[in-house]
Amino acid sequence: MREKLAIALAAAGGALLVYNLYQMFLVLPDEAMQGAIYRILFFHAPAAIVGMVGYFVALTFSVLYLSSKDLRWDSLAASIVEVSLVFSLINICTGSIWARIIWGIWWTWDYRLTSALVCVLIFAGYLMLRRAIDEPTQRGRLSAALCIFGCVDVVIVWKSIEWFRNQHPGPVLSIRTGGGHMDPAMERIFWLNGLALLLIAIALVLIRTRQEATTREIDSLRRLAHAV
Amino acid sequence: MDARNFTFMFYGFTAAWLIVLIYVVSLARRGARLKKELENVKQLIHSEDTAREQRLEDRVR
Repeated sequence: MREKLAIALAAAGGALLVYNLYQMFLVLPDEAMQGAIYRILFFHAPAAIVGMVGYFVALTFSVLYLSSKDLRWDSLAASIVEVSLVFSLINICTGSIWARIIWGIWWTWDYRLTSALVCVLIFAGYLMLRRAIDEPTQRGRLSAALCIFGCVDVVIVWKSIEWFRNQHPGPVLSIRTGGGHMDPAMERIFWLNGLALLLIAIALVLIRTRQEATTREIDSLRRLAHAV
Repeated sequence: MDARNFTFMFYGFTAAWLIVLIYVVSLARRGARLKKELENVKQLIHSEDTAREQRLEDRVR
């Protein structure tokens, strides 16, 4: 059932992506100041949003694990963090390529970029921590604590373009500015691409959660074998 | 400038899809490894159960 749902979500996300790519390349014109390179933003920013939403959802499941000690919440949080990290990496790599053309540099240590990099490092550390600890309850407790800590940085990433002066552009989406900064046709494709990436992310989380359940089953069978 | 602009846009899209592709491949490999591991553990338990039943039967005889 879960596999079928994952396949259906991935297929829907893929179909939406094909439509979005058609719109991006054949319908929308080049941006007046940036030229063709602005199309990277249709992946750069939605990937960041999907990643950040994922970290907050993982935070919710981490808190649920700490209050209930149910390992399923811990597995779900870990699966979501792993997939969110993939989208954060896409965000940083595509942003760097965009910056090379627009700013003339691959990277700068401004608040937005630095906090985003710190976020990736914290959640990469989260996954490494989970590999290093064998005992499931201790692993769950420590990784939930690290997830809560990491989400503080996610808030800084999110708000840094409002709080600090940055090389990174300020908010342009009408949801944050009230409109007038981005062409409505471009913003429509932006959100549709965000939806496509979200569907693909949910499909990946479903697959990853199934694998976590298999790992738990293997662990319990191993304990049974030792007991016998 | 325009050609370079277009080339870097291509690099950006390639980077995004390459990261997703690498993750999907690693996910598929991990899934296959876990499936094999699960079968091995089940087989181990089954063989231990059979050996224990055999020992019990021997004792009864």
